[in-house]
Amino acid sequence: MAYSDKVVDHFQHPRNVGSFGTSTDVAKRNDVGVGIVGAPECGDVMQLHIKVNEQGVIEDAKFKCFGCGSAIASSSLATEWLKGKSVDEALTIKNTQIVEELSLPPVKIHCSVLAEDSIRAAIADYRKKNGMVADSATHAATH
Amino acid sequence: MALKLPIYFDHAATTRCDPRVVEAMLPYFSDKFGNSSSRNHKFGWESEDGVELAREQSAALIGANPKEIIFTSGATESNNLAIKGAAEIYAKAPAGQTGRGHIISAIHEHKAVLDPCKRLQREGFEVTFLAPGTDGVITADMVAAAIRPDTILVSIMWANNEIGVINEIPQIGKLCHDKEIVFHTDATQWVGKMPTDVERDHIDLLSWSGHKIYGPKGVGALFVRRRKPRIRLEAIIDGGGHERGMRSGTLNVTGIVGFGKACELCQHEMEHERERLVKFRRKLETELSRRIEVTQVNGHAEKRLPHVTNISFGFVEGESLMMGVKDIACSSGSACTSASLEPSYVLKGLGVGDELAHSSLRLSLGRWTTEEEVDFAIEQIVAAVEHLRLMSPLFDLHKEGIDISKIQWQAH
Repeated sequence: MAYSDKVVDHFQHPRNVGSFGTSTDVAKRNDVGVGIVGAPECGDVMQLHIKVNEQGVIEDAKFKCFGCGSAIASSSLATEWLKGKSVDEALTIKNTQIVEELSLPPVKIHCSVLAEDSIRAAIADYRKKNGMVADSATHAATH
Repeated sequence: MALKLPIYFDHAATTRCDPRVVEAMLPYFSDKFGNSSSRNHKFGWESEDGVELAREQSAALIGANPKEIIFTSGATESNNLAIKGAAEIYAKAPAGQTGRGHIISAIHEHKAVLDPCKRLQREGFEVTFLAPGTDGVITADMVAAAIRPDTILVSIMWANNEIGVINEIPQIGKLCHDKEIVFHTDATQWVGKMPTDVERDHIDLLSWSGHKIYGPKGVGALFVRRRKPRIRLEAIIDGGGHERGMRSGTLNVTGIVGFGKACELCQHEMEHERERLVKFRRKLETELSRRIEVTQVNGHAEKRLPHVTNISFGFVEGESLMMGVKDIACSSGSACTSASLEPSYVLKGLGVGDELAHSSLRLSLGRWTTEEEVDFAIEQIVAAVEHLRLMSPLFDLHKEGIDISKIQWQAH
């Protein structure tokens, strides 16, 4: 199958690959929200780490992804879009915007859904750690 | 010399026609265009000569008599003719009834064997599909244990197309001859690459195709034993009674001439080619296993074809692996269900899918593969796996010592 140039670019030069520590480390950090969605047997696992400052702005974001080129591109793009956004703004990112930006074909829409879910899961984790209402916590889990 | 990209490492799928084969075929497109069944003029005789030479060349490659060769459109047709044709003749009860007889095959056969067997199952035959061990080998003992008093046919491939593992064909052949059971083998990946002798190896029916042995597509053959015992088949294509009545239809003279030439070339070059390809395959396997951790060569370590290897890499997804090795034309397989790749039933049969998140590449080498290409492939595969593992959250968990199969994943 043919991939769009943008998908190929994100695949070859993924932005913001990494993490803010091991799973044990980040579990203890209140300034880091962690979202892990998907399952190995489905062929996609996305891990998103967001670092939020005291003003509630996402200062930095890192991803790791086990999945196809479109899944990698979706999560790479998500980290680019997240940086500098407030947590509330970040929640307005929709999978359809990712689909449009990367020209994903219909069979790859689930990759963008997974990216949106990882954003919501990371924010829910951040809010939970900081005693805020995790209004979107259930969203990802019901997919 | 600069490498021409992409490099072709998919010779188990198909091969390029050897220029010497093309040269042999050319006159049969134009000057020698006759119908090999035309008995009354030079055009027919010329074509018939071409076909008969090809029959000799094909027979010589497998130690058969030329009269025992039936030309077909390829191995799929040969398999269909062998399995359905033999079942019909050797059935224990007429069509429409149950209890028509027992057939033995294996779960990791090619679909061109599995599907005819499944059709026969619906038509009153019983079929046992043997499961290989984790090494992928079907042994004579496994077949012996499955044989029943009403077993009429055994069909086991000589070497598997996905993993290149070789089954115990001569021993299974001997067993079937002792028990007077018809024995068919799909030898598509074997013939032309490895020495074959249908007498020594006790084969009754053997399928192979032209395009896997540097011949043209659309032509294949079925060896049908004529004596000790004489095997009879019910035709599946009826018509003018060509090919001893077993396969009607005007002969694909051009294709058959090319098929024969391809067989002849294989016979002459097999030994040298085998040595070269084994060396390349071993280099691929040892270098990739040495340089990349959590890597597994699938199937038996020694009982394998010279030119095919199937290697799994942990913690990388199949489709992204294919994207990463974009300059290598090869096949992929994933033992686990993925959103984008069908799981391989062959790898599943070997239990490769028991560990999560492995993706595999089938690399198959051929007549024009160079060491330079092998080295290039090693570098690109290593780079692709490293690139993907840098991004893989599963590889991180592995390094932290966490067993990913124990995690409660949030499937979507």
